[in-house]
Amino acid sequence: MKIELTDEQQMIQALARDFAEKEVKPIAAQLDAEARFPHETVKRMGELGLMGIAVPETYGGSGADTVAYVLALEEIAKVCASHAVIMSVNNSLYCDPVLKYGTEEQRKKFLAPFASGQQIGCFALTEPQAGSDATNQHTLAVGDGDGYVLNGRKVFVTNGREASAALVFGQTDPAKAHHGISAFLVEKGTPGFLVPKVEDKLGIRASDTAEFVFEECRVPAANRLGAEGMGFKIAMSALDGGRIGIAAQALGIAAGALELSLAYAKERKSFGVPIAQHQMVQWMLADMATAIDAARLLIWRAAALKDGGRPFGLDASMAKLFASEMAMKVTTDAIQVHGGYGYIKEYQVERYFRSVRERNDGRA
Amino acid sequence: MKILVPIKQVPDTATQVKIGADPKGIDTTGITWIVSPYDEYAVEEALRIKEKRGQGEVVAVTLGSERAKEALRSCLAMGADRALHLSDPAWENADTLTVARALAAVIKQEAPQLVLFGRQAIDDDMGAMPAQVAELLGWPCASWIMEETISDDGKSVRAGRQVEGALDIFNIPLPCVLSAQKGLNEPRYPTLKGIMGAKKKEIKDVKAADLGLAADGAQLLVVALEALPPRPPGRVIPGEPAEAVKELVRSLREDAKAI
Amino acid sequence: MVGAFWCIVEDDRAGRPKKVTGEVLGEATRLARQLGGQVEAVWLTDKASEEGLKQLAEWGAARVWLLEDPALGPYRGEVWTPPLAELAAKYGVQAIFGAVTARQRELLARLAARLGVGLSADSVSFSVQDGKLVATRPVYAGKLLSKVTWSKPPWLATLRPNVFKPEDPKAGATPQVERPSVAIPQGTMTLAERKEEVSTGLPELTEADIVVSGGRGMKGPENFVILEELAKVIGAAVGASRAAVDAGWRPHRFQIGQTGRTISPKLYLGFGISGAIQHLAGMRTSKIIVAVNKDPEAPIFKIADYGIVGDLFEVVPLLAQEFKRLLEK
Repeated sequence: MKIELTDEQQMIQALARDFAEKEVKPIAAQLDAEARFPHETVKRMGELGLMGIAVPETYGGSGADTVAYVLALEEIAKVCASHAVIMSVNNSLYCDPVLKYGTEEQRKKFLAPFASGQQIGCFALTEPQAGSDATNQHTLAVGDGDGYVLNGRKVFVTNGREASAALVFGQTDPAKAHHGISAFLVEKGTPGFLVPKVEDKLGIRASDTAEFVFEECRVPAANRLGAEGMGFKIAMSALDGGRIGIAAQALGIAAGALELSLAYAKERKSFGVPIAQHQMVQWMLADMATAIDAARLLIWRAAALKDGGRPFGLDASMAKLFASEMAMKVTTDAIQVHGGYGYIKEYQVERYFRSVRERNDGRA
Repeated sequence: MKILVPIKQVPDTATQVKIGADPKGIDTTGITWIVSPYDEYAVEEALRIKEKRGQGEVVAVTLGSERAKEALRSCLAMGADRALHLSDPAWENADTLTVARALAAVIKQEAPQLVLFGRQAIDDDMGAMPAQVAELLGWPCASWIMEETISDDGKSVRAGRQVEGALDIFNIPLPCVLSAQKGLNEPRYPTLKGIMGAKKKEIKDVKAADLGLAADGAQLLVVALEALPPRPPGRVIPGEPAEAVKELVRSLREDAKAI
Repeated sequence: MVGAFWCIVEDDRAGRPKKVTGEVLGEATRLARQLGGQVEAVWLTDKASEEGLKQLAEWGAARVWLLEDPALGPYRGEVWTPPLAELAAKYGVQAIFGAVTARQRELLARLAARLGVGLSADSVSFSVQDGKLVATRPVYAGKLLSKVTWSKPPWLATLRPNVFKPEDPKAGATPQVERPSVAIPQGTMTLAERKEEVSTGLPELTEADIVVSGGRGMKGPENFVILEELAKVIGAAVGASRAAVDAGWRPHRFQIGQTGRTISPKLYLGFGISGAIQHLAGMRTSKIIVAVNKDPEAPIFKIADYGIVGDLFEVVPLLAQEFKRLLEK
């Protein structure tokens, strides 16, 4: 067994770290406070190739791999969970399925501009009554000549307001239950595609989470991704990859909270010595570091399996479950290490704490 | 236009460097290595010249251990076309002048129109290399440049060098040596595509014999590295700002005699 | 017989040697006392002056080699190096010292290459061990010191300004001026234009005896005016930390630290500077360090001689007032 990153993976990690430190970190707290989408830095992330990391160069991507993707995502999440979410949704939940299931035409139109970061994509699956239960789709897509007419609602769509195209799931044959679900690439501005609401959130506030309403929204048949009835499979496959992304975000958030805690513990004094010299604090920091590394290894394994073309669904689920719970604990402990200051915005660690609440949803 | 950029791999600026077991060198464990920041300005400027002229070649060069190849790969990822790695037992413990001779020799072989250095490597902080290479080649040199424009005919460069209180703008015939000061440009990040493409670019190994050089003894000998003498403990002056300031000024005048 | 110690003259381009040349001559004089040899100044210029020559003698130059030629007007390494190298070889000098200035740091490097000898750049102290000169120079931006020696003479070194003391001036000393006959090349590069920096009316950062410096705590470029006012009162230069420079609040030439200027003033006052390792590297050889920061844990307090924990926007105007009162006395 060998755990060794390639030169390229190390360089991508270093680049992401450098970019995150210099360009993202200085603005992260303010973006969060103002719930403002970071157009400028997301555009630059696109130029660097961070928005389509594992997509081949032919389709506007960087031609790297999933391991490089999780390395970069961790670095971005370390300084700003919002940037990480924006990046992760575009990479795993949008570009990945379009690459895997798209026709050559679809890849040209719906992948290249997104993998290169000129445009942003999103993933619209969840419905108000169903949570993330993908089998329970009330959105209808009724065949009509050379297209489909969509009616229904989607909620919790990350990147929803900013995206210029959405991967939308709907029932084309309700009788077949989840075998009757199909996937569609729907462009913003299509008549009947409405974005009535953008949510105000506890954390990850610089990323936009929107609600979609489809009212007699006509989508050409050429925009259907995969065959009719393949939607459920596409969604599950995207979510498998997405879990690796979510896990890597949780990892980055936890690693960032640990960095803040370490720095604080070395500077803050009590009883005349830095609190890092108190055994209680040392144990806490050691536990945090160990849990973070354990999550990292699970994530790397899932990513490496995906890159090797081997089954990775179970590994991705375990990585996500462990990393999400780990991040909850680590960010809670990080607040603890900071004592009363953990509660104060200036000390940043509360932002990390707020960022992981969302990650803890569902064990799908 | 062919532009050669000599670079050096150095410890990251945030590194707490420690003296090694051999007190002539540092302890390299746990160090993050980077391309010396001033060298990045040089690489960036070379890439901009190439892009502006629509053609040309940027060659990165370094003299150093196997690990120094990482630094060359960073330059290739930024956009340099190829790289030369000077590595030979003859250059172990090389001093500035030995390295300058090796670089001058490789520059003679490559015959670029322009050699762009960073103003100094941030490890030994000698800052002598650009001028020494220029001297060995018999070329003009402008150090610490803040701006440059190559003439349309590619025969000369107009370069602004930072001196005390002024920027001296020189017209210099090519070939010449320039060294980059911070402020010349803002170096780009390598793109992921650049990183993935870097492995397809050539890093050529160059030995001393390839340059017709033999081992020459170092002229400047390091006796030992030493830690800084500790500063005497200071004191924080307590009290309301107005009182603290009065006491500070009194101390500076009467105790420290600093004003 | 020990050869001469040559000190290259740094002038103001108007016929007057700068203070740093007195420092270089002073250190050479002290070393020559231990090692033997005579201290001499070498002045390459397009315009010398009687007062300048006299000044050099008073600073301890037993002889002044004067190369006065229009071609030496703007400093150009390709023009200055060959005659200097030729003379150094001809007279078998023991050492050639210069100052860490824009011209001389390049000149001494070229000269070392031409003579095939070692150069200790940016030296901050010298000692004599077994009859040999040993120089100490900061490396890794001043995080460590390196002791170096030469395998053969002439020993070439540049000396950091503000670190070495001039000798007490020998009042009334008259220089012995030599105008050697040596070929001076015409050079290929030409000075097209000199863009003078907009004068702040304050001393140059690396030459100033007192430096006040602002960091991230200054909160914005507009607030540097309070530092400038303080600087005017005490005749200080104004510097900045990398954070302030990278934020675009001050031009890069004012940056103190690893990727900026290294300074050694008699008095350094830092305001709103936390003391990142890169910044400390650039100013920790200052003789007296004063830090004002609202964060009592700021690393700069660890190396400061005097600290005030407080709001710089309160402290700076009070300081300016207090200094003014003191200096008016």
